[in-house]
Amino acid sequence: MTSATEGRLLGRSQIEDLFIVPAFALVAALVIGAGVMLATGVTFSTIGQSYVALLRGSVGSVNAVSETLTAALPLVLAGLGLALGFRAGLFNIGAEGQIIMGGLAAVVAGVALGDLPAIFALPGALFAGALAGALYASIAGWLKAATGAHEVISTIMLNLISYRLLDYLLRTPLIQKEGRADPISKSVPDAAELPKLLTFIDINLRLHAGIFLTLAMVFVAYWLLFRSKLGFEFRASGENPVAARVAGMNAGLTIVLAMAIAGALAGLAGANQTLGVLDRATPGFSAGIGFDAIAVALLGRSHPVGVLFAGLLFGALEAGGRQMQVDAGVSIDLIGIIQSLVIVFIAAPLLMKTIFPWGFRRSDAP
Amino acid sequence: MSPICWKSLLGVTLIALAPCAATTATAFTACQVTDTGGIDDNSFNQTAWKGVLDAQEALGIEGRFLESQAETDYDANINSLIGGQCDIIFTIGFLLGDATEKAARANPDQPFSIVDFAYDPAIPNVLGQVYATDEAAFLAGYLAAGMTETKILGTFGGINIPPVTIFMDGFVRGVDHWNAEKGDSVVVLGWDVETREGLFTNNFDNLDDGRAFAQNLYDEGADIVLPVAGPVGLGSATLADELGTDKLKIIGVDADLYFTDTERQHVYLTSITKRMDSTVAQVIEATMNGDFAGGLLVGTLENGGVDIAPFHDMDASVPDDLKAELEALRAGIIDGSIPVDG
Repeated sequence: MTSATEGRLLGRSQIEDLFIVPAFALVAALVIGAGVMLATGVTFSTIGQSYVALLRGSVGSVNAVSETLTAALPLVLAGLGLALGFRAGLFNIGAEGQIIMGGLAAVVAGVALGDLPAIFALPGALFAGALAGALYASIAGWLKAATGAHEVISTIMLNLISYRLLDYLLRTPLIQKEGRADPISKSVPDAAELPKLLTFIDINLRLHAGIFLTLAMVFVAYWLLFRSKLGFEFRASGENPVAARVAGMNAGLTIVLAMAIAGALAGLAGANQTLGVLDRATPGFSAGIGFDAIAVALLGRSHPVGVLFAGLLFGALEAGGRQMQVDAGVSIDLIGIIQSLVIVFIAAPLLMKTIFPWGFRRSDAP
Repeated sequence: MSPICWKSLLGVTLIALAPCAATTATAFTACQVTDTGGIDDNSFNQTAWKGVLDAQEALGIEGRFLESQAETDYDANINSLIGGQCDIIFTIGFLLGDATEKAARANPDQPFSIVDFAYDPAIPNVLGQVYATDEAAFLAGYLAAGMTETKILGTFGGINIPPVTIFMDGFVRGVDHWNAEKGDSVVVLGWDVETREGLFTNNFDNLDDGRAFAQNLYDEGADIVLPVAGPVGLGSATLADELGTDKLKIIGVDADLYFTDTERQHVYLTSITKRMDSTVAQVIEATMNGDFAGGLLVGTLENGGVDIAPFHDMDASVPDDLKAELEALRAGIIDGSIPVDG
């Protein structure tokens, strides 16, 4: 996206990109999703029921909103990191591995700092998560800067390494829960936990203080990208690496820094999960968030505010999808199909503009 | 969410509401949360779900399920079933132990029943369903030792947790019993009873792993493999199907896989069945009658909670002597004269 409105919070064409295209994409995806359900023999009334459930389960009650937000937070955090990388011209597929390293480091630090008051233990654990994510991502950054190894390949490989490393580390005595033979970490002490925010309403509400962290990071990412010198260098390197180098920017350092910051945000996403949701690390705690976050970053057009809304949409689909399964007995796989369709349609804004021409200002049409 | 999204979502609701039928309220609802294997895993979760379906047929209850796609879903899934809509919530598997405990303590009026987990001390609103699977696995081990041509057997598990390793313990000890009786030296690859170490895929959902692990065991000479990893074992069955059953046979777990995995039914020598369907249905019936109580329900060879399945297509190839010995062994395990726990 290279429009002149870049630095402004939101220009007209960005509003179309950020909101109108996704909204229409969602409608188109839901319609095709209904078609898929029909084709698999689901009745009309069940389809209606399932979409009501989707809405009810995502925004229909306090619990639904809490679940939507809980699911959205790690997607937004990791999505911010990926968006930053995309702006710098780095296609980082490694958020999953960075989430794993960050989440695990947060647990280890949380356990180690558990005896301190929360005011030290929690920031310490979060910092450890961010640091581990940053270091892990920097490996790919350094490989690219020093040897030219493509980050797509190296981050995918680092993901695979992180799965096995997690399995291994979870079974080392320092980390493994006492009395268990399977890979599972010790529980995070209360002092290092992200406190639940809404338990005074209902003890089952899971929304936690990670929401403040996430909102702060949206702001930080926005400031970094559009208001700081470093962000300018990221964007310049992304738009035109040659021009950036000729202008005197250190390309290698920019790459490593961009990867490190992206990794720090993904690491925070992992810490958000282990300290806020799970209270421990287990194999598979990353749950594919790092891959969904790629979609979130693309859907948000690599803009921090867009990433926030895209994350909320994906969180809503996840929470609502659960309700779809409960109320209508529709397979959770269908939610995956709808998510993928949303992305396909958003990746093709021109298609959206052709199908729904009345939704867009004509002068903005390319 | 932006105002525009809101508008479009509301639009969808209006369209959707029109043909929406009112949900019929029935007297009793049983809900189930699966682990990551999924409801159609042909073994573990599916067997437990069959209990709900059986109760649905026999008792006219309503059944609902939620599949967990990742371990992060456990809390969320249990959570979304709380709130009075479920008369009892079944959580399927050891790995849901912590999540179930958390939810049960937060919601003391909601009855729960968990498969494969025993709380000590017991939680008043949780009924644990556990199984003396080693009794049936002992029989399967003896059978496999009697059937192997290569004198090498293989096993691997999903995750190194007690409800998985109890299969492997029983299997290995059944083989040891054969060796002691016959002066034979059949070995089992993939599990060491003493060190508690062995082969584990570390997941319950990757069929490729099931294939790869079985291939490794086959390459090491094993001609009968026992995968204890839910749907992962289907990958092993595919390999056996391709190699031919004279080269590799599979022993199923949880359900009689001859009936649930019909495409590859000929590769199963037998299955070590864990009748979660019957215990789940029992718990539903008791709860309906107001007899729900927390504690422990143990399935054994004696009460039919665990067993080995018939040999089906392979019945002709199992020698009659071996069948008779297995019957004697079964009686010995039930009356306690043959200890299965080493």
